[in-house]
Formats: sequence, structure tokens, C-alpha cells
Amino acid sequence: MNTTGIVSRMPLPGPLPSSMQLNEQGRLRHLLTIEGLPRALITEILDTAESFAAMNEQAVKKVPLLRGKTVVNLFFEASTRTRTTFELAAKRLSADVLNINISTSATVKGESLLDTLRNIEAMYVDMFVVRHEASGAAHFIARHVAPHIAVLNAGDGRHAHPTQALLDMFTIRRHKGDFTKLRVAIVGDILHSRVARSQIHALNILNTGEVRVIAPKSLLPACVETLGVHVFHDIREGLKDVDVVIMLRLQRERMEAGLLPSEHEFFQLYGLTEERLALATPDCIVMHPGPANRGVEIDSRVADGPHSVILEQVSYGIAVRMAVMGMIMGGASGGGANA
Amino acid sequence: MTTTEDIAIHDIDGLIDRMAAGLRSLLAERRIDDPVMIGIHSGGVWVAERLHRELGLSQPLGSLDITFYRDDFSRIGLHPQVKPSSLPFAIDDRHIILVDDVLNTGRTVRAALNEIFDFGRPASVVLAVLVDRDGRELPVEAQVTGCFLDLGPDREIKLRGPAPLSLDIVERGGEGGA
Repeated sequence: MNTTGIVSRMPLPGPLPSSMQLNEQGRLRHLLTIEGLPRALITEILDTAESFAAMNEQAVKKVPLLRGKTVVNLFFEASTRTRTTFELAAKRLSADVLNINISTSATVKGESLLDTLRNIEAMYVDMFVVRHEASGAAHFIARHVAPHIAVLNAGDGRHAHPTQALLDMFTIRRHKGDFTKLRVAIVGDILHSRVARSQIHALNILNTGEVRVIAPKSLLPACVETLGVHVFHDIREGLKDVDVVIMLRLQRERMEAGLLPSEHEFFQLYGLTEERLALATPDCIVMHPGPANRGVEIDSRVADGPHSVILEQVSYGIAVRMAVMGMIMGGASGGGANA
Repeated sequence: MTTTEDIAIHDIDGLIDRMAAGLRSLLAERRIDDPVMIGIHSGGVWVAERLHRELGLSQPLGSLDITFYRDDFSRIGLHPQVKPSSLPFAIDDRHIILVDDVLNTGRTVRAALNEIFDFGRPASVVLAVLVDRDGRELPVEAQVTGCFLDLGPDREIKLRGPAPLSLDIVERGGEGGA
């Protein structure tokens, strides 16, 4: 976890995100990270998401579960897909949704963030969906919000993006079923990827047969093996016989930091092409959390090809986010007031 | 102590036969020749499977999980074993037979009707239940019933299944039924 921005200003230590996201009954209270979630709870989220996915057959794609609740999308960092799928998920649960985009200027630091929170809390809201460039931001907010408010991490710095990992698990389970027999390869910029961290935790909690990461040394975090992965620097070796290929977005801003010579060279060495994909199992699936840089990490023919499930991931993202919101709001009020 | 209740609930086949006969005459009276049947998870689906076979309906059986439409979500939260609803036919302008195991407060049927109407606008809905009992809190009545039981506020009846089906009367514990 990095210590830039607000995180360095908050009092440490405190309860870990993994402990404070469950209530006394072991139900979801917040969702901050995949780390430490019990397997049974992840399975329950995926099962509940199946029911929400079936709702797409309804003429009225809406259920009254969160009627009267207010969900605030608190986005300190740009996002289209994640914000819109959270918004749709909340709306299909009949919640009211407020979108607040706060630019992360240098002035937005610890205290003014808390002021922002207090102001929104005063509007009688029930859930914050938080996206922030600083690792630990959602955790920080969860520790400081009023006790009736639930916090859902929609991506914090390099740390975690739990709903993305859950929708990826949902997509894999739909196509492949049993995780224990699977080889899954995550390819690209692991170093900066909160998605990769959350995916690795989720895959290991679900007992995935083998989790591989494929990347140049400069784009791998130190001691990445301790997360429970096999490391490959050669994409041809790494893709051999895998059932699932997860491509990550190459964050172009990293190029300036001198971690990579050029986009072109990255594609030459690590780009997913049809020829390389042929090394994987014949019925492998190709995933990407988006937005994809065509011709940088993935060839258009693969992104649009028969193995690609990239657009399915987007659809499933709504069902999975509905499941998480429903479980949190049910569990949160169920544990508290006796109505 | 043997009562008429005991006799009725130990003859599930007899109750289902009675429901099938009731449905046949109701459908004939209303001149409905191609209805669709929907069971409510889980007990209602078990009863509906039997009725669907006995009536020889042509359309596949539908099933509803009303978890997302319950009125007590904010008190009890999401049921962890929620199942996807499956209505493998268009609802618009169809005559629907809605099947549940026990009709008690009427709240489950209210939720089921709301969910059905989110799929489309049916021509009509009839309600068929294995056991109609006292305890109504909403103006909901079944058109076809296997039997009626007056259990009072302290007793509950539960259908166990799917095979074989059995009905048990139990003293009401901590859990509230719907």
C-alpha cells in the first residue's frame, strides 16, 4: 500500500479494512477489499448476482429492494464504466442516486475530505460508492463516516477494486464453473493495478488451480510471489495452456516514469495477439477490465474475437454490484434497528 | 390426539388431487384452455411440479423467487439462498396459475404478483395453495385449496420436500414466517 495523499495524514494504526467490512454476524457492512473475505461470502455474492442477472428478462428491469435509500457516487477520479454501472445497479434496485465528482486538486486533502463527507452525510444518505486515486481512501472514509452509512470501494489507488474482481470471478464462473481446475493468467501492468491485486486475492480465496502473472520486471510489485502467483516474464511461456487470460490496461502515464521504453515495444513483447492466444487452451476466454488500449496491450482482432468476453464483463458488472449493494443494505439495517 | 387436521396433512397426494380437480373445473368454468403455471420458491415449486404433471400443461413450469420483492427486506436483509426467477414464456395476455404451499399472511402472494407484473401484463391470475390457513394480513384469497387449517397464532405449518413431500405442524419459534 502506498502512503501518498490522505493516507499519510490519517492516524495509524486502526482496524484493517478486512476486519471492519464485516459486522458481528459476519455479514457485509462495507466492501473495501477482497482480502480476508471468506470463500462462502464470495460465493454468496456470486449466487445472488445470478438472480440479479436473471432480472434482465423482466420487462421492468427494476426491483423495489432499496426504495427510499440514497446512494452517493463519490468519485474523486475519472471513471465512466464503473460509475455508470454503479449508478445503473443502484437505480435498478430503486435507490436514489447522487453523482458527485470531486476533482483531485492538491487542495483536496484529509480535512477538506472530511468536511465534504460531513456535508453529504447531513443529506440523509445511506451509502457511499468511493473512487479515489489514493490507496486506502475508501478505508479512511469507512472509518470516519456516520455509523449508518455503508462504504463501497470503487477503486482506491493501487490498492483494491473489489467489485471489479467480483464481476471477473462471476464471468469466469459462468464460463468455466469450477475454479480448482483452472489456470488463469493476468498480463500487463501488475504494479499499478488495483484490479490485479483484487483479482489475485479473489482467485486464491476461490482455490484457483494456478494463478500466473505475466509482466516485465519493471511492472511487477516487489515480492509479488508472496501473493500466491507464478511469475512469467515471457508471454509465450506464460500463456501456455491457460483457461483464462486477463489483460490489464497499460496506464500510459507510467510511460513517462521511464518504466517502459515505448507502447510499441510493449505490444511487441506483451501484447495479446491471435498468434499468442493460440498457445492457451482452445476454449480459453479473454477478459479486460477496460478501457482497453487497442494495439498497446491487446490486438483488436482478439478484443473483438470469439474468445473475448469483455462486453459480458460490463453487463455482469451491474448484476454483481446490485448483489453487493443489496447484501450490504440488508445486512446493515438488519443488524441494527429493530423496526 | 388425532384430529381431522392430522388426517388431511398426512395425505399430500389426496390434497394435490383435490387441487388438480379444483383447477380443472375452474379452468373449464372460465374457458381457459392454455394456462401457464408458476410456483413460488421453494415449496410452491414442489407443489406446482406435481400439479403441472397432473394437468398435463403444455407450457414449461415457471418459478419465482420473491426475495427481491419482500416487504421485510429492511428488517431481515437478503435471503442468502436466493434463486433466479425463471419464467420461460411471455406473461403478456396469458392466464396464470400461481401456486404456493401455504397461504398465511398473504404477503408472499402480494410480492409474487408485483414480480409477475414486472415481467408483463397477464390476462388473469388464479391462486392455488396446498394449505390455506388463518392469519391473513392482506386481502388475498386462494381460488383453489388443498385444505383449510385453523392453526392459531402459535403454530406454523411447513412443507418439506421435494420428494417425498410432507407437512409438519410446529410450535412457532423465534423465526417469523411470511
